[in-house]
Amino acid sequence: MTTIDAKELDFTKLNDRIRETAGDLEIVNCLGQRFIADGQSGRTITIQGVPGNALGAYLNGADIVVNGNAQDAVGDTMNDGSIVIHGNIGDAAGYAMRGGTIYVKGNAGYRAGIHMKAYKEKVPALVIGGGAGSFLGEYQAGGIIIVLGLTGKKIVGNFPGTGMHGGKMILRSDCKDVRFDKGVTVSPASAEDLEAVSSYLKEYCRLFNEDYEALMNAPFTIVTPDSSNPYKQMYVAN
Amino acid sequence: MGIEFLYPEFEVVRNDARCIRCRVCERQCANEVHTYDEEGHVILSDDAKCVNCQRCVSLCPTRALKIVKSDCTFRENANWQPDTIREIYKQANSGGVLLSSMGNPKPLPVYWDKILINASQVTNPSIDPLREPMETRVFLGKKPGVMERDENGNLKTELPPQLELSMPVMFSAMSYGSISYNAHASLARASKELGIYYNTGEGGLHEDFYVYGPNTIVQVASGRFGVHKEYLEAGAAVEIKMGQGAKPGIGGHLPGTKIVGDVSRTRMIPEGSDAISPAPHHDIYSIEDLRQLVYSLKEATEYKKPIIVKVAAVHNIAAIASGVARSGADIIAIDGFRGGTGAAPTRIRDNVGIPIELALAVVDKRLRDEGIRNNVSLVVGGSIRSAADVVKAVALGADACYIATAAVLALGCHLCRTCQTGKCNWGIATQRPELVKRLNPDIGSERLVNLMTAWNHEIKELMGGMGINSIEALRGNRLMLRGVGLTEKELEILGISHAGE
Ligand code: SF4
Ligand code: SF4
Repeated sequence: MTTIDAKELDFTKLNDRIRETAGDLEIVNCLGQRFIADGQSGRTITIQGVPGNALGAYLNGADIVVNGNAQDAVGDTMNDGSIVIHGNIGDAAGYAMRGGTIYVKGNAGYRAGIHMKAYKEKVPALVIGGGAGSFLGEYQAGGIIIVLGLTGKKIVGNFPGTGMHGGKMILRSDCKDVRFDKGVTVSPASAEDLEAVSSYLKEYCRLFNEDYEALMNAPFTIVTPDSSNPYKQMYVAN
Repeated sequence: MGIEFLYPEFEVVRNDARCIRCRVCERQCANEVHTYDEEGHVILSDDAKCVNCQRCVSLCPTRALKIVKSDCTFRENANWQPDTIREIYKQANSGGVLLSSMGNPKPLPVYWDKILINASQVTNPSIDPLREPMETRVFLGKKPGVMERDENGNLKTELPPQLELSMPVMFSAMSYGSISYNAHASLARASKELGIYYNTGEGGLHEDFYVYGPNTIVQVASGRFGVHKEYLEAGAAVEIKMGQGAKPGIGGHLPGTKIVGDVSRTRMIPEGSDAISPAPHHDIYSIEDLRQLVYSLKEATEYKKPIIVKVAAVHNIAAIASGVARSGADIIAIDGFRGGTGAAPTRIRDNVGIPIELALAVVDKRLRDEGIRNNVSLVVGGSIRSAADVVKAVALGADACYIATAAVLALGCHLCRTCQTGKCNWGIATQRPELVKRLNPDIGSERLVNLMTAWNHEIKELMGGMGINSIEALRGNRLMLRGVGLTEKELEILGISHAGE
């Protein structure tokens, strides 16, 4: 395994160095450098510190572990691979991701999982251990968003699922105090619903040392879109 | 019928003496206007369904058909025009937002038509392009401020990535989904043959067209459809779509009915699901955020490809372009308010945005004034209709033009403006296999090559007339332009003198 000391490297230099190396990699002293591991595949990249925005954008199969917090646009338009954040995460995590998984131990900012997609066997998943900010899964077109509410922060802010037209959200809460958009169906998650996502929940527990039984001992809510053609009725040909 | 009735806009006129009952028209019209009546041995037509696409007219072997505008109209009223009245009826009937296609058809000023080009007389003689070399090749991308050479005269300065065009015209973004496979095939092949570029639009790149990658601009829009590492690597440049001239400020929406088969696979969304491109990029709220997307794309493509940022021409375009030029973008594409579209709300298409001529003039000036003009190339689109428009655009400061409506006209489009129905009889804006196959990519690409070759000749001829033998010497050369019938203010914005001055 190669180690890169990111101290005093700006993002262009750091990312050049990352591209020059092959195989598994550790980055130490990371402090806000952007675009780390953009488009990378076939390797594990472990980051000590706080990577900057757009970590793992267009990620194409690499596995990223961050021992710290991460900032905005993690896994933007990610295609495959995994990102594990042992901390909190900024805004727009997993924007338009179309494959792979993102696990966040703590909270997520605004607009997590916005416009996530899915196609056939490619179903991305975003698992947030704490609470999520407003506009969670806005325009969600596919994939799975799971929020566990383990940090005591409110499960989700305002307007989750606005414009949602595919995929699903599983929220570990009865969601009584959450205001959803009118275009989604909100109901208590059934045993089958939970069974369908149990692999993600177990993986979360494994990654962050949570107790699965205790995790499951709570009400869950499932959110799905009413229609995959939300704008269908709005137009008249002219 | 009754209160909801709208008299058909067009009448199908069949010359019965010429009609041989071959039923070609019946087979050719996807709108099912024509039907054969066995008993009477006549062809009947339902005018109400006709959109005046001229397909049956063009294919009728005996020239028996013509389509005419109906003269059954409302009582004349200069304020309440028939279109306005019809739109009100449609909305009162349905409660829907009016949806249209192609560019703004309203009689708003076309500044190209009020600008005239200079020619040499007596002094500074003109050049005959048939005898003398003329250079229409352009390079798009950031130009370095200084060029350094080593002692052997070799270039030391590392050039930022450039797009090389054989002539200052490219095919602008039309997504696979909004247009057909054969339309994309025609554009891709023609671009390769011509040494220019076409643009995927926001629907991803069909796997069959990766071979045309060196002549392809791949687009990244807010919906991020079909965007992944290989896609970004396949293109010669990456275009971030921030806006579109036909519908500034709103996103795109390809109805689920067009998301079938390959389109669904290329976009990577399920069949029948709407493809929604939200109005904004949800991670871009500032020039700094735009810079982040620009650099994330540069990082993902290892700084080997120019990044284009496409914006719609709107009121503050000069300030916007100045910001974009500082975002790290290599090329700015500006789309004027007459730009075409596969579908846009009528009110937005017809009322939002500004003419490209004015936008271009102010952007070029602003970037020059700020000393950053060479940081970016400028590409303009939004109804470039001819070689003369191209020459005028270059003289106003553009590096190159984007065309799309002119390109689809070459492919057979008759501007019936019903792309949104998905029933394009010419096989362009449709995904129905039986219609798509009407557009033969061999013929389509040849017609595009013909059009561009002709324009290139005309560009050279116009340049030669001015005594200019390279497009570089024409760029921003506003002395070559004069306005006619324009106000002081318009001339001031365009930065040109009035004819006679
Ligand atoms: S295509 Fe022309 S000749 Fe043939 S049936 Fe129609 S109108 Fe008659
Ligand atoms: S819609 Fe086109 S093909 Fe059909 S009748 Fe009208 S002009 Fe002919």
